Amino acid sequence: MPAIPLAKAPQPSFTNPAQLRNFCIIAHIDHGKSTLADRMLGITEVVDPRNMRAQYLDRMDIERERGITIKSQAVRLPWRSGLDNQEYVLNMIDTPGHVDFTYEVSRSLAACEGAVLLVDCAQGIEAQTLANLYLAMENNLTIIPVLNKIDLPAAQPEKFAEELAKLIGCQPEDCLRVSGKTGAGVTELLDQIVLQIPAPVGDANAPTRALIFDSVYDTYRGVVTYVRVIDGHLSTRDQIQMFSTGVRHEMLEVGVISPEPVVSKGLGVGEVGYVITGVKDVRQSRVGDTITTYNNPAKVALAGYKDPRPMVFSGLFPIDGADFPLLREALDKLQLNDAALVYEPESSAALGFGFRCGFLGLLHMEIVRERLERESNLTLISTAPNVVYSVTTGDGQLLTVTNPSEYPEGKIEKVEEPIVRATVLAPSEFIGTIMELCQERRGTLLGMDYLSEDRVEIRYTLPLAEIVFDFFDQLKSRTRGYASLDYEPIGTAEGDLVKVDILLQGEKVDAFSAIVHKDKAYAYGTMMTGKLRELIPRQQFEIPIQAAIGGRIIARESIRAIRKDVLAKCYGGDISRKRKLLEKQKEGKKRMKMVGRVEVPQEAFVAALTTDADIDKAKAKAKERE
Amino acid sequence: MNTLAFYVHIPYCVRRCGYCDFNTYTPGELSITNDFSVTSRSYIDLLLREIEYAREVSTAAIVPSIFFGGGTPTLMESKDLGRVIASISSNFELATDAEITTEANPDTVTEENLNELRAAGFNRISFGMQSAVPHVLAALDRTHNPENVLKATTWAREAGFAEVSVDLIYGTAGESMADWEQTLDTALSLPISHISAYALIVESGTKLGAQVKRGDVIMPDDDQTADKYLLADDKFTAAGFNWYELSNWSKPGSECRHNIAYWKGENWWGAGAGAHSHIDGRRFWNVKHPAAYTQKVIEAGNPMQDQEILTLEEARSEEIMLQIRLASGIPLSELSPKERSSLPGFLAGGYLLGSAWERGSLVLSQSGRLIADRIVREILV
Repeated sequence: MPAIPLAKAPQPSFTNPAQLRNFCIIAHIDHGKSTLADRMLGITEVVDPRNMRAQYLDRMDIERERGITIKSQAVRLPWRSGLDNQEYVLNMIDTPGHVDFTYEVSRSLAACEGAVLLVDCAQGIEAQTLANLYLAMENNLTIIPVLNKIDLPAAQPEKFAEELAKLIGCQPEDCLRVSGKTGAGVTELLDQIVLQIPAPVGDANAPTRALIFDSVYDTYRGVVTYVRVIDGHLSTRDQIQMFSTGVRHEMLEVGVISPEPVVSKGLGVGEVGYVITGVKDVRQSRVGDTITTYNNPAKVALAGYKDPRPMVFSGLFPIDGADFPLLREALDKLQLNDAALVYEPESSAALGFGFRCGFLGLLHMEIVRERLERESNLTLISTAPNVVYSVTTGDGQLLTVTNPSEYPEGKIEKVEEPIVRATVLAPSEFIGTIMELCQERRGTLLGMDYLSEDRVEIRYTLPLAEIVFDFFDQLKSRTRGYASLDYEPIGTAEGDLVKVDILLQGEKVDAFSAIVHKDKAYAYGTMMTGKLRELIPRQQFEIPIQAAIGGRIIARESIRAIRKDVLAKCYGGDISRKRKLLEKQKEGKKRMKMVGRVEVPQEAFVAALTTDADIDKAKAKAKERE
Repeated sequence: MNTLAFYVHIPYCVRRCGYCDFNTYTPGELSITNDFSVTSRSYIDLLLREIEYAREVSTAAIVPSIFFGGGTPTLMESKDLGRVIASISSNFELATDAEITTEANPDTVTEENLNELRAAGFNRISFGMQSAVPHVLAALDRTHNPENVLKATTWAREAGFAEVSVDLIYGTAGESMADWEQTLDTALSLPISHISAYALIVESGTKLGAQVKRGDVIMPDDDQTADKYLLADDKFTAAGFNWYELSNWSKPGSECRHNIAYWKGENWWGAGAGAHSHIDGRRFWNVKHPAAYTQKVIEAGNPMQDQEILTLEEARSEEIMLQIRLASGIPLSELSPKERSSLPGFLAGGYLLGSAWERGSLVLSQSGRLIADRIVREILV
């Protein structure tokens, strides 16, 4: 039996680095990482079969439901190798799987010596997996290619083994074949991890340096920081210091996760575990930072620390204005656990009081919004997402614009926008479609490679703003769901950009303003004025809707004045019913937002800022109200 | 002395029209197989008991008007309808000039009927003409021959009805502007003193409602319906019929006093299945089904289903909602500054009569009448 009872396993703080193996699993969302992890917990017997549950390591409900791992974790798995019958300790470091969390992924990778590249052998590798694989290769990690779900009838292990072999430069037969579901091949995989992945190397006598690769807020314990010790030793007796802030902290607890927290005396070279210092906010214990000891501090930090930088901005407003304090509270709470989330109060003439929020990317934005709504029971409107622009005005002033409403009036010298390098993986039949889409979105082709006979990797540079605006949805729908996308910021470039304002009866509606490329301004203007014409009910006066760049009108629509709004009959028996209808209409009217004299239903804002499907819903509601 | 108008509901029709959501039942629906005169007699007996009950719970009052509506009141024997008038007259004090109206179907009345109705005490009759165009009538499930309307109104005049009115409906699916014009011209050629013209309302729970929901019937858009209102108002005015309520026009002095009582918030008693009453800020209504009505009257002596007592705010809402429909309008002095605040905008938009405004009254203009509900919302929010 290769499992080792915990009590008899090598103990944290005293484990010889030669017995350690630190690895992570790189996989796409639904390629079975969590199931494989569950299976490893079972085979190594760190979880009692009675306590086992699906996706054991995914803590938050939202993770389990969406099948996305947002926060990584590290699990200590004692293992006796079937190859040499020696005792080892495997640290499995779970990595987030999505493009928005590339930096977190890179730090998780930096804590490992090897990676299991897990690919669903019915689907093949996806763009995000490929991006993370490249990251792992850049970090000089040993890659173990593994084909998962070999039990599936649709499995094509030969085809995808070739694809993997080509990507990482090995032989197709080097790819292990497992099934997380049935457990087939998982024991062999654990043995191969021991055999192939190098043991960590560090200087036990040097000043302590530990890499923070994750930091999680816990309601009861405060911030729990996950670390990998590179040099030296961390123990409960130490006072520690963060390199980036220089702030000193008491160590309240050190331990490992196996997979429940187990307090230990400390952590030695190469070991992975957690520390608790009583810090209340993850921003004081940031991913990528180096921990050293206060008494014997290291001189040089570990490489690679970066402040998380928001890339995408959106306004979040409570549908019910009275919920504004609740939204603030919810954001404050969320920030304890999300160092990348930034926000500041914003007021919109149309939407009232809310917050301008910055996110790592679209998924991050979606997750934050969903958590706010779910955990604090809020209903929110989010404005169309935008990126950060650097605007140089005619008089040479440099402005950072994260909100179209901050876009300066008057002469603009130049505008710079963020650019990303995007990688799309797809069946080769979609090459034309994908290129067309990227071309439409101001893309520049960087190159294209065949991964296998019928699958290609296409690389483009694109303005981030184009990706933020429904690029992924378009890509998915035009390739019938087969294409996958990854992107990474590579800098900024000057763009021929303008701000398009939308005016209702001559009044600018801030929520609908957008910064767009000059060639697309007209399309945006006609799209938005057209949408609003459909969404805003007729009123007792004509409502001109205009799209304008500065003082120049580029598109116009108009909502004709309503001519009939009266019930023809009102006799004895109708009166009560009519009064009740009137009261209902009065309530509806209170929920209208006034833009000048124009009543705009809440739904119109929501729908104008979101997708076509939502517009139909809003129309149905507006009709009900009439 | 107080006044108390009477509405008498007759919940029977020979057949149900597709657009109608009134509280009415066909003999088939009620499984009535015998001679309808039996039903007529027994229903009237119940009405008499309710009138006696009304007398018990009311203070003495003068009755300025009685209105028989339905359903089809003329399905009842004329002498039975006469018994109701007699009962009201004996339990209350019928005004000497009381207006006593019945609704009637132009297809089913005879010269003899009309003489009987006159003899029973009726002096006003309102015919459900709806349209003069056969395909429009067919779309409304109305069966009458348009020519019968001229006959019926002429007979009514000859029988001595002082006031003869017709009801018209516009905005039926398939009705063209020319169709409507034809209906208007036909109506104006009749020997009548009063016209009601209603835009068709699609009610849920009716056959028409279901057809519209399924998309089998497409209703004309509101702008065309608005044009029809304007055409009607212009033609009526030119012919000497003045609007006195949104959907009602009459020769001078021929306004329906009974209906004005509703709009002015007077007291009235509604007798019969599902009828609504209003007494001093209290609204109550009877159980709807004839069988339930029968049981309640016999067992409890009181057919009331439920009631509501209006709060001050509700009473105020009703007052504005109803009086704004009238040509007499609302004195501006009775509106609070807040209620008045939206009015200058409507005045500027041409929705209020400038001449009335200068005299200190809120009176809707032609275009204002068409958006009366919107103006009420603005006043009250």
